[in-house]
Amino acid sequence: MYDCFMHVGKDLVAASATPMVLAILAEGESYGYAIIKRVGELSGGEISWTDGMLYPLLHRLERLGYVESMWRSAAETGERRRKYYRLTADGSDALADQRSQWRMVSDTLDRIWTDVSCSQTFARRPSPIWSLGR
Amino acid sequence: MSDQLEAQIAQWREFARRRRAVHDLDVEELEDHLRAQIDELTAVGLSPDESFLVAVKRMGGLDAVSHEFAQEHSDRLWRQLVLPGGPAGETGSGPDLGEFRAALLLALGAAAAAIALLAQVGDESFVRYLPVAVLPFLFAYLAWKRKLDRRLVTLSATAFVVGVAAIALYPFDQSGDLHTLDLAAIHLPIALWFAVGLAYVAGQWRDHGRRMDFVRFTGEAFIYYALIGFGGGALIAMTFGIFDGIGVDPESVLTNLVLPGGVAGAALVAAWLVEARQGVIEAMAPVLTRVFSPLFTILFVVFLVTVAVTGRGFDVDRDILILIDLLLVVVLGLVLYSVSSRDPNAEPGWFDWLQLALIVSALAIDLVGLTAIVGRISEFGFSPNKTAALGENLVLLVNLGVTAWLYLRFLRRRVQFDAVSRWQTSYLIVYPIWASFVVLAFPPLFSFQ
Repeated sequence: MYDCFMHVGKDLVAASATPMVLAILAEGESYGYAIIKRVGELSGGEISWTDGMLYPLLHRLERLGYVESMWRSAAETGERRRKYYRLTADGSDALADQRSQWRMVSDTLDRIWTDVSCSQTFARRPSPIWSLGR
Repeated sequence: MSDQLEAQIAQWREFARRRRAVHDLDVEELEDHLRAQIDELTAVGLSPDESFLVAVKRMGGLDAVSHEFAQEHSDRLWRQLVLPGGPAGETGSGPDLGEFRAALLLALGAAAAAIALLAQVGDESFVRYLPVAVLPFLFAYLAWKRKLDRRLVTLSATAFVVGVAAIALYPFDQSGDLHTLDLAAIHLPIALWFAVGLAYVAGQWRDHGRRMDFVRFTGEAFIYYALIGFGGGALIAMTFGIFDGIGVDPESVLTNLVLPGGVAGAALVAAWLVEARQGVIEAMAPVLTRVFSPLFTILFVVFLVTVAVTGRGFDVDRDILILIDLLLVVVLGLVLYSVSSRDPNAEPGWFDWLQLALIVSALAIDLVGLTAIVGRISEFGFSPNKTAALGENLVLLVNLGVTAWLYLRFLRRRVQFDAVSRWQTSYLIVYPIWASFVVLAFPPLFSFQ
């Protein structure tokens, strides 16, 4: 679903998009382009979405009631009419929920990886069965 | 920003707008994104051209993006009719509220006219005059919407007045069967429908494209009217049922007010729906054409084979000519709506051959019928009904004969498909002329029988 540069896999980007957007909107209301910029900033340019894909996601979050949108006029934005998104109370709850889930995943992974160092993991990694014969 | 960049953005916007799942407001949102990206890239030194390319690339392929939109908004693939006052902010601009009010007002006017007509003339004449009572309102709606100029309004109004005056003032022989009056009442709406058409095309009746639009409008309005009729029938049956259930007889209200008012008002509603939904819902008439053209062709061919094998001809009675006329009207409708929706630049395909087979088999049936009829007419002379039916047959025969010929030439790549559709739009003028002739000339010709 989401394109990205080499570092983060497709599925992971897709899965993390929702909490990232919610978290960025928790900082204050924003609009599509600014959200993308913020993601780029925070990840040091490692995570980059196909920009157009953000909007269907925002619309889904709006349908779920996590965010609400409003058009601001050119006079307000100083440039042109622009659609802004804002986190709702439901969105905050969803974010808190997502946050604890991600924490748990991340903590678990941390605990595994502190036992076995990265270099060892790579050295001992067997070929995955699905890549045999390629 | 440079003009060239604006042109590029405009082109991108057009491409984005063509996606059904992406509404205009979404395109505006995406465009804002695109422009923000371009601004930033030009600020760091890229040329507008380069900035545009990079921004578009980052936006992602429109196919993929619109696919995502479609997943999120699957309802949008069923194009929705946005009613005025609805959530226009969500789905783009809906139809004009002023227009909705005008159409509603005129629908009420038509309903009132129909109710008054029923009260005035009774059941039998109501059916006869109803179309003439409704069409002025339809004309008014389109003339208002198209801001028709005064000269054309006067011209059309004259047609209405002359037609109605002929029916009202001709000294019909009230002791007889009133054949010519019935014929005039049937044909007057046909003639006046083309006055409505004049309003529809906003006076540009020389323009073939506009004429074809009117053909499309006619077909779609007819389908909407039929659908509203189904719904209205259910509504009336339900009303009757529940009021009957509490021991209140709703019959006189239903038959004197609801039914006539509904039948008349629905015409305006149907016209408004067609106008309001243009580009919102796929045209239905061409779809029905696709379904029924093959079926009718099979029917005709099987019928002709049966005639050939059994050696039977039509039993000549008075209805057979009318039946054959109706058959030709159906074929003409099928041809017209397949022509109206066909891509004029597409190569000849199997459906074109099927159309040709449809027309040729219908013409063959017509010949079988006509040979049977002509003998009878030479025996018993011309009655108004037979003459009208024969005249109609001739009108349709000429149209379909030439259409078949043009189709054949098109299939053999001698002419462009445009020739077929131009022939249809050119021929449109014949129908109101013939209809007017029946309204105005038949009564005196047949001594007001």
